[in-house]
Amino acid sequence: MSEFLQHLVNTLVLGGTYALLGIGLTLIFGIMNVVNFTHGVLYTFGAYVMFIVVHQLGLNFFLALPVAVVAGWILGAVIELTLLRPLRGSDIDTTMLVMIGAWIAMQSGALWIWGGVAKSVATPFPEAPLVLGPVSVSWLRLFVLAAAGLLIVVTYLLINRTRLGCAMRATFQDEDTASLMGVNVDLIYTSTFAIGSSLAAAAGALLGPVYVISPQMGDLAAVKAFAIVILGGLGNITGAVIGGFILALAEELGAGYVSSGYRDAMGFLIIIAVLIFKPTGLFARSERIG
Amino acid sequence: MRRTIKYVLAAALLSGTASAETIKIGVNEPLTGAFAASGTYVVNGAKIAADEINAKGGILGKKIELVIEDNKSNPTEAAAVAEKLITSDKTPVLMGAWGSSLTLAVMPKLTEYETPMLVETSSSGKITTSGNPYIFRISPPSSVEAAAFKNIVDKLNLKKVDFLVINNDWGRGTADDFGRMFKEKGIGVGLVETMDQGAQDMSAQLSKFKSSDSETIIVTTSVDQLTLIFKQAAALGLKKRIITTGGSQNPDQIIAQAGAAANGTMHLTTFLPWLPDKTPNPEATNYFISEWKKRGFDFAGCTESFRGYDGIRTVAAAIEKAGKAEPAAIKAAFWDVKVKGLNGDIVFHKSGPEGKESGQSQPNVYLIEIEDGKVGLKNL
Repeated sequence: MSEFLQHLVNTLVLGGTYALLGIGLTLIFGIMNVVNFTHGVLYTFGAYVMFIVVHQLGLNFFLALPVAVVAGWILGAVIELTLLRPLRGSDIDTTMLVMIGAWIAMQSGALWIWGGVAKSVATPFPEAPLVLGPVSVSWLRLFVLAAAGLLIVVTYLLINRTRLGCAMRATFQDEDTASLMGVNVDLIYTSTFAIGSSLAAAAGALLGPVYVISPQMGDLAAVKAFAIVILGGLGNITGAVIGGFILALAEELGAGYVSSGYRDAMGFLIIIAVLIFKPTGLFARSERIG
Repeated sequence: MRRTIKYVLAAALLSGTASAETIKIGVNEPLTGAFAASGTYVVNGAKIAADEINAKGGILGKKIELVIEDNKSNPTEAAAVAEKLITSDKTPVLMGAWGSSLTLAVMPKLTEYETPMLVETSSSGKITTSGNPYIFRISPPSSVEAAAFKNIVDKLNLKKVDFLVINNDWGRGTADDFGRMFKEKGIGVGLVETMDQGAQDMSAQLSKFKSSDSETIIVTTSVDQLTLIFKQAAALGLKKRIITTGGSQNPDQIIAQAGAAANGTMHLTTFLPWLPDKTPNPEATNYFISEWKKRGFDFAGCTESFRGYDGIRTVAAAIEKAGKAEPAAIKAAFWDVKVKGLNGDIVFHKSGPEGKESGQSQPNVYLIEIEDGKVGLKNL
């Protein structure tokens, strides 16, 4: 029983981070309809910004987080302006190829600048875990969970309760109508991609100190983010959050009670099942066709 | 800067003609991917050996040239890199490929092109027992590690152990060899859990150990994952003894990155850079360590890089003995080399099916313990 409780606590902590990975991508992949292969590199980028700010500039850990978010926002805006804007209106394959190219170029750039040896970030949290009866959890992971929760709520409110969010939803539903209603469509494209990118960078900045930082850290994260978005339904923030927790639960219980060798397979088995039985994702909104 | 670029360009253009005057050695290591840290250290050690040999005039009157390629921690890439080194760069001998799965993927290429390879790190038993006569290994297979550990397990008072191993030939081979040895010793073997080579979160596996009835966990993987395991074990309040195997722990890097979580952990290692005077060849060890520091490399890498250093020195000795830089002659000469390695004499013994034996050298194995952020030899 105590093992099961520990698995549940692990799920909560891991699920929070998966949810954070998922919501950034669901904005770009789900709402903008861009198959964003740079999501993993932006995650890596956020982690390296954290490393630079804490270890090379010697600034405070908590100050480094907003710096990483802003840096991710800027890099996202640059990618949108230089790569995606000229390609707007072209077919999905072309955009996808360009994004794959950007992914490889940025990952190689990270390798060139920082080398392949992993880095670790010191945190101000105590090393001794918080022990609650039979379960324990590290303070850092609790902080990450809380920060992820905050970012998720802020993003949800931004999309569903603000004029910007309303304009975003309008633009990607019908660009021409939105434009006629006075929405600055160019600005919306750039800001949506930038917001999604800053969420990826935030996830990297939060998880970099939990794990270790290396140029390839984003690859697995990106694969999981895509899985979460498909699981939750494209463009659905609540779906991405729940999808993140379902994936974490499947991995934890799969590794805990079935086989640790197939840990990563568990999540993808669920994805296959979802794609067969409910291809639009578990929580997709009903959509008008035609 | 511009001048450097000019020289690099000139060197690149001239490399076709320059190759006739050097002896090429192919180096097939993971410089990116999951094993990037370890592979980079091995390559840096190899460069020290090449520079040392060239400073003394090279071999057979020629300088040696390392042709270094990245196998990306990926077996498919490792095989492709071997093919490129042999067919395009015309290297008569290779060193590589760090990981067991990487080396196993390269082996058919060695047979195909009849080119020998010195294996510096891999520890799966299969490498030297599957009948590949082009393999010469200086690292200990996990069975040798297990045999060395067998002599000290009584003093550690082991009752029952669990395993957490990387899910590849290296990890699973270690679990088999150590498990067999423990059973012979009457020590119980409980859970055998695995993790993917790129996995970052091992909390699920560690949570299982928390409620198992074993008192010790044997962990086999490389340094980056070890760091994560120690941190995550501490976060879960897992208070069992952890002993790592495989010799790719870089204990100083663990101390730097895992902090207090590393205290109390024990590691089976094949080099003692902390106690150069206790190594079999103190003079060479001291030279290597001083050269390593002089180049500004992280001391933590010594436990990994010495294999690249010993590997290239062994390859050079074989080429010298062969009298010519040709694959068949070098392969034959490997059997006659005797190199004073940093971890004991390197001499190849026959291993595997008769007629197709691979060469295996027998290095020393030590058990060290991390206490208060320092490495100590575990005196038993």
